[in-house]
Amino acid sequence: MREVIRGRVWVFGDNIDTDQIIPGRYLTTQDPEELAKHVMEGADPEFPEKVREGDIIVAGRNFGCGSSREHAPIALKAAGIACVVAESFARIFYRNAVNLGLPLITCPGVADAFETGHEAEVRLTEGVIRNLTTGEELEAKPLPEFMMRILEAGGLVELIREHGPEALEG
Amino acid sequence: MSKGKTMAEKILSRASGEDAEAGDIVVAEVDVAMVHDITGPITVQRLKEMEVDRVWDPSKIVVLFDHQVPADSVEAAENHKMMREFVREQGIEHFYDVREGVCHQVLPEKGHVRPGDVIVGADSHTCTHGALGAFATGIGSTDMAAVFATGKLWFRVPETYRVEIVGELPEGVYAKDVVLKVTGEVGADGATYMAIEYHGEVVENMSVSDRMCLCNMAIEMGAKTGLVPPDEKTLRYVRKRAGDEGRPVQPDPDARYEAELRLDVSNLDPQVAKPSSPDNVVPVHEVEGTAVDQVFIGSCTNGRLNDLRVAAEILEGEEVHDDVRLIVIPASREVYSRALREGIIETLHEAGAIICPPTCGPCLGGHMGVLAEGERCLATSNRNFPGRMGHRESEVYLASPATAAASAIEGEITDPRRYL
Repeated sequence: MREVIRGRVWVFGDNIDTDQIIPGRYLTTQDPEELAKHVMEGADPEFPEKVREGDIIVAGRNFGCGSSREHAPIALKAAGIACVVAESFARIFYRNAVNLGLPLITCPGVADAFETGHEAEVRLTEGVIRNLTTGEELEAKPLPEFMMRILEAGGLVELIREHGPEALEG
Repeated sequence: MSKGKTMAEKILSRASGEDAEAGDIVVAEVDVAMVHDITGPITVQRLKEMEVDRVWDPSKIVVLFDHQVPADSVEAAENHKMMREFVREQGIEHFYDVREGVCHQVLPEKGHVRPGDVIVGADSHTCTHGALGAFATGIGSTDMAAVFATGKLWFRVPETYRVEIVGELPEGVYAKDVVLKVTGEVGADGATYMAIEYHGEVVENMSVSDRMCLCNMAIEMGAKTGLVPPDEKTLRYVRKRAGDEGRPVQPDPDARYEAELRLDVSNLDPQVAKPSSPDNVVPVHEVEGTAVDQVFIGSCTNGRLNDLRVAAEILEGEEVHDDVRLIVIPASREVYSRALREGIIETLHEAGAIICPPTCGPCLGGHMGVLAEGERCLATSNRNFPGRMGHRESEVYLASPATAAASAIEGEITDPRRYL
């Protein structure tokens, strides 16, 4: 896990649900590359063409609401999204993203502080988000320590491979 | 400080062996773990990546196919085939192939849901099972692989939102209208990370089926689960299905609630959620006359026998509008059989409905009944996100089976009380 993430920002609104992140008709595949070809298609059909490795998604409230489909964070990660910063996250998506090693961080006010195309710097453990284009700095809520451990290992699979199936009890 | 506990706190205390309260992180033993044809394949893949050869307990795992059944593509067929092989290889004891129906109806019917159980499902609407007093929640496939490996999962013990429904439901107004109203009041993220506990005389008077409809939409408010305190009705259902009563818990009278909502439904109108969020709820008269291309009656929210019965009562002797496709999907094989015996299927068929085998169907927009650009569907399901049922520029309105049936006749959104 990279402690400091810098990248180009894509801004989305409130309630970006998992159908918008990856529509239901693509759920027969589990192939990350295939899913990445349709990432965020429900919100912006051209997004899969435009997104580049290392980009950051900034969004409003309730990002990832809806289905428990892990295809959503798989698609985001495979498309090269380095981090998702949102005003708030839906619960299942939040866990899924951390389990897959996709960094995310909650930051009130973030959606208004960025425009698509701005550059962002995310300091994950410190909980600081900086808009490198405007110079604005925001305070974020870092992941709870427990979940940070999973993220630092690279995801739940990696944590369990390293420490065995009982890793989560420690 | 009060020591009273909510239902969620009590169940997670029992399952973790700790004196758990809201905000604590506990590792709880899981009683039932369910995957279906969409989330199962990733779970199996993750289990392999974790280098785990055997599941913790093949008697506690349920594998079920309901999303793309019968297989609608080679990819879906391959997923089914792979999961059948997994079931055989691991000796999974509870496997329901393509014919049985929607997981959240089949699980309670087959006795897999008991009060006090901890149930995890790799499907967000697993919260439905709280209608029987279980702590039931949706999880992702990687979390599920950890459950398959160890039989345990970590949970943040949720705060509880207490929702009390009082008064008397008027004619033509149903559990679905109540839960849409509640969703509108609470908001799409108003109960995030919380459990919703349902109370009040209206809930007490509801059938188990209607309580499932209530709890089903807890996720649409961001909640981890919905719960109804078990009563004699619950226990009767569970004894018949599971053979015993489980470990029912009641909330303490001095339990601590994070938020409360009290709703008198005596004057409630039929409700409709407009595109594109389940909390965008208005009384039916505000959208009456909106033309629809498709009407869908079914899903884990409203595909039960009482739902089909209400629709048949309205559609009896009527004809579905020429410009409308009415798709009716019984939620399970058992619901289908009973609806056949009662003549409900015949009535719906004669009115012009297309009856499909038990499946999630159009709800998720990946299978049958997909919408074209600019089309509009009135559905009894639970989500109306942008593009949920097909093209990005298609729309979904959510309502009760009665509103759906009346709208199918008129070709536009219609107050069902005109047909009662």
